[in-house]
Amino acid sequence: MTLALPQHYLDQMVAHAREEAPNECCGIIAGKDGRAVKLFRAVNAEASPFRYSVEPKDQLRILHECQNHGWDHLAFYHSHTASQAYPSPTDIRLAFTPEVPGKPGERMLWWPDAYWIIVSLEDADNPVVRAFRILPDGAVSEEEIRAE
Amino acid sequence: MAVEVRVTANLQKLIGGQRSLRAEGATVRELLDNIESQHPGFQNTVMTDGQIHRFVNIYLNDEDIRFLGQLDTPLKEGDVVSVLPALAGG
Repeated sequence: MTLALPQHYLDQMVAHAREEAPNECCGIIAGKDGRAVKLFRAVNAEASPFRYSVEPKDQLRILHECQNHGWDHLAFYHSHTASQAYPSPTDIRLAFTPEVPGKPGERMLWWPDAYWIIVSLEDADNPVVRAFRILPDGAVSEEEIRAE
Repeated sequence: MAVEVRVTANLQKLIGGQRSLRAEGATVRELLDNIESQHPGFQNTVMTDGQIHRFVNIYLNDEDIRFLGQLDTPLKEGDVVSVLPALAGG
């Protein structure tokens, strides 16, 4: 399904990625009925070029603001500063709950309805922004971004 | 000790599609046991080997319980506990 985003959100995500480089940036796009309503920058607690983790208090702050407005988490974004804009094996693994003991293979997606947006700075002069869904079987489906 | 537990994301599916529930416990550990008795499967999703899973964050009011007393964090009437999956990747 196409993800419609204001052009300035795309610009903001690229700007955020550039500001944090060489570390990865991360953030959350809130939505209402599938429409993007606010972009939240988040702190990457890992402060790493290879990993990101939304700082827990920042995540709670963003969640509270979304709950107060009746917004959902439409999309999550992060950057890959030296690789392509495609979910890494770590991205896919951490999108799922841990395996239930005694029930191998039984894992569910934490956020089954969310889009995962990745900003690549692999080619510094030509940043790439792509959106994906991670499917219950672990497959990745690219979704078109329509800039508005 | 009854507290409100708010859950997000697909954890809501594990508590019958609700956004929050009331549960009992003098500590976070007892609270999770109580939720498990109401909704079997919840605990295994947020805990591994008796500890909170590394990629799950539990907050008492606005504080991450890792910086309080972990699973032994005491609860009092009227507290709000939030359970969120971490947002992380590579």
